Amino acid sequence: MTQKKIGDVILDVKNISLRFGGVKALTDISFNVREHEIRAIIGPNGAGKSSMLNCINGVYSPSEGSITFRGKTFDHMNSRQVAEMGVARTFQNLALFKGMSVIDNIMTGRNLKIKSNLLLQALRIGPAEREEIRHREFVEHIIDFLEIQAFRKTPVGQLPYGLQKRVDLGRALAMEPQVLLLDEPMAGMNVEEKQDMCRFILDVSAEFGTTIVLIEHDMGVVMDISDRVVVLDYGKKIGDGTPDEVRNNEDVISAYLGTSH
Amino acid sequence: MKTTFPQLLLKHAAERPTAPALREKEYGIWQTWSWKDAAQTVRLMACGMAALGFQRGQNLALVGDNRPHLYMGFIAVQSIGGVPVPLYQDAVAPEMAFVMEDAEVRFVFTENQEQVDKLLEVRETLPGIAHIIYDDPRGLRDYDQPGLISVEKLKTMGAEWDRANPGAWEAMVAQNRPDDVSVILYTSGTTGKPKGVCQTHASFIASAQGGVQVDGLNPNDNVISYLPPAWVGDHLFSLAQWLVAGFTINCPESASTVSIDLREIGPTYYFAPPRVFEGMLTSVSIRMEDAAPTKRWLYARCMDLARRVGADILDGKPVGLRDRVLYRLGDIAIYGPLRNVLGLSRLRVAYTAGAAIGPDLFRFFRSIGINLKQLYGQTETCAYVCIQKNRQVKLNTVGQAAPGIELKIADNGEVLVKGVSVLKEYYKRPDATAEVIDAEGYFHTGDAGVLDEDGHLRIIDRAKDVGKLNSGAMFAPNYIENKLKFFPQIKEVVCFGHGRDHVCAFINIDYEAVGNWAERQGLPYGGYVDLASKPQVLQLIGDCIAQVNADLAAEAGMADTQVARFLVLHKELDPDDDELTRTRKVRRNFIAEKYAVLVEALYTGKTEQFIETQVKFEDGRTGSVSATLKILNAKTHAPAKAAA
Repeated sequence: MTQKKIGDVILDVKNISLRFGGVKALTDISFNVREHEIRAIIGPNGAGKSSMLNCINGVYSPSEGSITFRGKTFDHMNSRQVAEMGVARTFQNLALFKGMSVIDNIMTGRNLKIKSNLLLQALRIGPAEREEIRHREFVEHIIDFLEIQAFRKTPVGQLPYGLQKRVDLGRALAMEPQVLLLDEPMAGMNVEEKQDMCRFILDVSAEFGTTIVLIEHDMGVVMDISDRVVVLDYGKKIGDGTPDEVRNNEDVISAYLGTSH
Repeated sequence: MKTTFPQLLLKHAAERPTAPALREKEYGIWQTWSWKDAAQTVRLMACGMAALGFQRGQNLALVGDNRPHLYMGFIAVQSIGGVPVPLYQDAVAPEMAFVMEDAEVRFVFTENQEQVDKLLEVRETLPGIAHIIYDDPRGLRDYDQPGLISVEKLKTMGAEWDRANPGAWEAMVAQNRPDDVSVILYTSGTTGKPKGVCQTHASFIASAQGGVQVDGLNPNDNVISYLPPAWVGDHLFSLAQWLVAGFTINCPESASTVSIDLREIGPTYYFAPPRVFEGMLTSVSIRMEDAAPTKRWLYARCMDLARRVGADILDGKPVGLRDRVLYRLGDIAIYGPLRNVLGLSRLRVAYTAGAAIGPDLFRFFRSIGINLKQLYGQTETCAYVCIQKNRQVKLNTVGQAAPGIELKIADNGEVLVKGVSVLKEYYKRPDATAEVIDAEGYFHTGDAGVLDEDGHLRIIDRAKDVGKLNSGAMFAPNYIENKLKFFPQIKEVVCFGHGRDHVCAFINIDYEAVGNWAERQGLPYGGYVDLASKPQVLQLIGDCIAQVNADLAAEAGMADTQVARFLVLHKELDPDDDELTRTRKVRRNFIAEKYAVLVEALYTGKTEQFIETQVKFEDGRTGSVSATLKILNAKTHAPAKAAA
């Protein structure tokens, strides 16, 4: 639990391009993320935001360019490696286990941290049980943090959408990530749910000092909570800076509002 | 027992150090404070407050949900001669500011970031708030405003202070007197600005003892504390009775988990306002509707039986063997599981208060074997005036005077209370105190009531609305009007009778309900005025009144107030025409003036009367409605027994 103080560059993305056949999803994107900051990637639909995130967490391998994480440079990453390095993410279209309870869903986020083998776990003996208790305790702290105590044992599929999003965030937090990637955490939410989510994101940043990279297309939300913003349009970077700088950027204004031809 | 709350806590800590005093569910597990832990925490919090410069006689505001530290905070302040002032946790900043200014608050104990933000806002107008102590540090890491301190830090400071001043805390505790003010509870202020009700250790302890004695509460009981700590009810049940009886209070995890936590704890003693019981019944009904037909059938059969004999079995009245056996079977099949689902399996006693409880609701819970009872009281009387005793529960009364309480009905029908629980004074308001406590020491409740032959009190109305008939009988308009309004066909009623020979009533029909009824009867009508004047409708309303009259005739002291004559108004009473308040309460005097000719006609024995009334339309234009209204006599009944 550290005081929130923006630190050195933790993640550096250099000249990333991504092509699917003839389609250029990303063209020569470079930006960096500093420790403890909230970094937003915004852009209209189809701008390449999710593709960018998928490159960072190893779902896609970029066609060109490199990603430097904590001083190590990679030209591509694989998902498990990324997770082991302390990068967690949430998904735009929730990828929760609908039939499992909230607790079990968040427990899956502890998967990488569980050391005892399958047999010991199945038999719930000795070290496995102690380990499970330890992890359960951690999960309970997350449940408390996200204020979802009332739904501990409810199957996730029965929860309203806004709460499912919270569980998704909880699962990512269970990994104790250093960098948290949030893919449209507020998509499809009503105003109140959005406000709640904003508060949780700010709290995560303040309480755990987690570096957060978030994608969002709701400009208002982004401007309020992020420290710095990257703007993408048609796979290209058209702006980068503090919310105020970006707000006054001509290219950004035309991308969002259209230009007079 | 001449003692104070801090001394009671120390007594429990000495006698039963390891027994559980408080529980709180946190991180999914119930965490327990033993009496020894509680006493130690209180000591550290109190010493910490002293270290911050808290002085004897000062007030400390408490704002937050039901948390162990909040309850222990009450006792900590009391132990060093201060007075806790609990505030409703959902109050907005300006409301809080009023109370804090009135109580000259310099110290505040609060729960979390949300409340701290509110308090910082209050502090902009009230710079006197010097210290804000918070329980949950989450989100408050970066706050650097002066005077903010976490409860953990407070306890650390307290430990240092305690070491530096050995024996000082014990000396302060010993200095407290039973007739010191133990708490200032602000009344909600539906009538004017909130007033601070000062209650002493002695009165709250005596009130708690009365309740403990009536229900035999003991250290093995469990209570779930979830009602606002600023409410007198929670203060009595979760704090005063807790320390007197020495049972365990359990704080739920959050407001949204109360029903889950209720099931886990299985309280033996439970207190809830009627709306909570209503919520339970609604959820049961809804879930039963979705159940399989066989289950629905079984439920309906069992509930029929319960309605018939359940309450009698609970009250120990004679019930036939066959019904007893059937009820036992019903208990295995339905009532037991139902109580279990509601989390009330281990319940010995439940109370409701705060508002009138519907008879069906009350009967439902009693019939499935839950000993639900009512009590009556207000902030000014520690919520302790009347209490229903086991096996002496009457549906429409609030029970007999509680131990240590003397009840008197004033000539105007107002309930007067004298005894252990009456307030010391309103904080800094000698004028208001003098208004409610008379020379003989009776507290004027503002409620009108009657005592029946067994000494059970029935609350009927607000005293200021109560009048008298020429015969001398008490006339409680709201009481009669509410009875009439139970009929879906009747929307509004205005009763007259003060200074008259008998009671007459204006009735407003419910256009929708009566319209539906007319359609089913094949009765054609053209609009409200026409419908309201149909003889069949008048007959329908007359039947309703006759039923209410039969009810009234059977009640002690009410037979004279049967409705003798009535008419059905040609227009709906409307706030736009100033006939109702915005909260839809009838403005009696205004209506009496506006419709003076109708009132006159009711009392002069005319059979019909022409009236023309100005009405305001929603767009602001005015128009007039006229009609000739029929005036009818209602069927009245002879009193069932000699009027008491």
